[in-house]
Amino acid sequence: MSDTANTTAPAVDPAPEDRPITGRSIHLDAVTKRYPGQERPAVDGVTLEIPEGQVVMLVGPSGCGKTTTLKMINRLIEPTEGRILLGDEDVTGIDGDELRRRIGYVIQAGGLFPHMSVAQNIAIVPKMLKWDKERISARIDELLDLVGLEPAVYRDRYPKELSGGQQQRVGVARALAADPPVLLMDEPFGAVDPITRQRLQDELIRIQQEVRKTMVIVTHDFDEAVKLGDWIVVFREGAQIVQYDTPERILAEPADEFVENFIGSGAALKQLALRRVREVQVADAVVADAGGDAAAALRRAEEAGHGHVVVTDFRGRPIAWPHRRALSRMTTLPTELDPALPVVGSGATLNDALDTMLVSSAGATLVTGRGGVFEGVVDVETVMAAISAARDAAAERPSDAPVGTNTGAVEAVPDDEPDENREAASDV
Amino acid sequence: MSETATSTAPPSSPVESATPAATGTSAAAEETRRGWRALGVQIAVLLAILAGFAVWLAVAPLSDTERNTLNPATLLNLTGQHLALTLVSTVLVLVIAIPLGVLLTRKPFRGVAEPILAVVNFGQAAPAVGLIVLIAALVPDGFRAAVIALVLYAVLPVLRNTMIGIRGVDQRLVEAGRGMGMTALSVLLRVELPLAVPVMLSGVRTALVLLVGTASLAAFVNGGGLGLLITTGVNLYLFTVLIAGALLIALLALIVDWVGRVVEHIARPKGL
Repeated sequence: MSDTANTTAPAVDPAPEDRPITGRSIHLDAVTKRYPGQERPAVDGVTLEIPEGQVVMLVGPSGCGKTTTLKMINRLIEPTEGRILLGDEDVTGIDGDELRRRIGYVIQAGGLFPHMSVAQNIAIVPKMLKWDKERISARIDELLDLVGLEPAVYRDRYPKELSGGQQQRVGVARALAADPPVLLMDEPFGAVDPITRQRLQDELIRIQQEVRKTMVIVTHDFDEAVKLGDWIVVFREGAQIVQYDTPERILAEPADEFVENFIGSGAALKQLALRRVREVQVADAVVADAGGDAAAALRRAEEAGHGHVVVTDFRGRPIAWPHRRALSRMTTLPTELDPALPVVGSGATLNDALDTMLVSSAGATLVTGRGGVFEGVVDVETVMAAISAARDAAAERPSDAPVGTNTGAVEAVPDDEPDENREAASDV
Repeated sequence: MSETATSTAPPSSPVESATPAATGTSAAAEETRRGWRALGVQIAVLLAILAGFAVWLAVAPLSDTERNTLNPATLLNLTGQHLALTLVSTVLVLVIAIPLGVLLTRKPFRGVAEPILAVVNFGQAAPAVGLIVLIAALVPDGFRAAVIALVLYAVLPVLRNTMIGIRGVDQRLVEAGRGMGMTALSVLLRVELPLAVPVMLSGVRTALVLLVGTASLAAFVNGGGLGLLITTGVNLYLFTVLIAGALLIALLALIVDWVGRVVEHIARPKGL
């Protein structure tokens, strides 16, 4: 309960990177789940380290045991064998309900109680923890703000008066209510339409930058895993861990054919979505003011050996990008914004940048920074170089990579053979 | 049980009780208002029929025997007995059927739910007249015999609706509750039962109406009630008495049904 005490102190708003990690690490130690009457365990000796403050995605085909693994973390499903550690604390034996009050849990479509208002839904765990009324009320407003819902409007609404996306947001707010160090999500965005899903994913990334929790998210959507995850665990049947790595490495170096198939086609394209324009080297350009002398600009471009001149307005925002041939026909530089101008923000992904280049057919695009101010030019070659550099970098497994193995996997192979021998022996 | 307690003292005015419910969206409020209006019409019609009956009783040319049997004091007395039979059996039905229904939806007992339902079904399938007479042969006191038979007869709708209501609650909500650290009991009391209330109450209302009708049979085993008017009417060829008794029982059943609807209206969880 001590970790919930700091929630009333409002965060002052430091830059996202400076925010303290409020999450705690999770450690599954050789955890197995066996159901009576089933020969094979549903989850077989999983050992998994989940680093604090990171988002770990559990992916795999349906029925592979990823949800069972998730539910064993908060002991909704009791493991048959093995230990679960939250931070340094062994929580395998403690009271399950008490444990779950310290772990946020989000299910598909939010799982809101339809007979309770938004505020009542969010207040459930704080009430169980016996917070006083003012503190709960302040926390509800704070959380609704965090998930982008106006408290005055949404506090007293009932779930059926909300859209699917809004319900999901309230679901996340409810899970964060008592400021738990760990958040578990089971296919959180499975029931909403693609556009809402994308928006909710972006929102979750933003929320995570603010709260810095440890999140474990189950999904069957590999693209979602790549987008949200700091780390991805790929499972196959029986919760066998095939690969536990960063999205970059899984895309560049899939462990085996199973992972390759799971990634699907276009692994290199998916990598483009992982890198941002600000991470690559932008090229300089000749810059001239709008309405200035065209001949002078042309001369400077010729001296610098550049084919184009970037025309910017009085705030430094690019408005046109004429070629030298076009310049030679002008007397003054354009003052109107060219609607076909290829521009991306520095926060855009390389995927967006490449898309802009292909649409504009310029083979390059302008990059703008804060306030739309011109920063430089990125061309196709730069993107290509960045991708191959990323692939090279991904070939090195990071030294701080967390551990994820199956103890069962190693024994599985020799186990089968004695079984056959035994059968053969009994035949004699 | 609080539901039956309110049935003896209906809310003072439907319009008054509607105001706290009208805090939702305007559409929901509109729907609530329409519901109240329908209930208002229903009770107005019932009271009009009752008033008509009273007037008829006062002015009709009745024979001495008829007037003796149908004097207001006797009628009130019989109605009181009838209500007593109904309410005592309803309370017993609720005390037996709701906990049993809850229990049969809990994991360890789910397996025996079907056999028990079959036995309870048997109670209802047996003809009510036969049941009452059989039990009267075992239990000498007419009132008790009638109550036992009525309880056996009316357990089924309440039990079945309790189970259906709880089973109908989305299992993901139960899981969400447990996942937040609510105890199993807390999930039952704060999620499953509130969401099952509409279905459960409609079972209770069905049982109540069944009981008012079936309680007429108590007269066969000396258990009292308005059924006495019918048996008297049949035995003495007093058709006026017979019809008056039938009318009063039907009116009582409809009024009880109305009270049940009012309770359902008030107790329905907001947001559904």
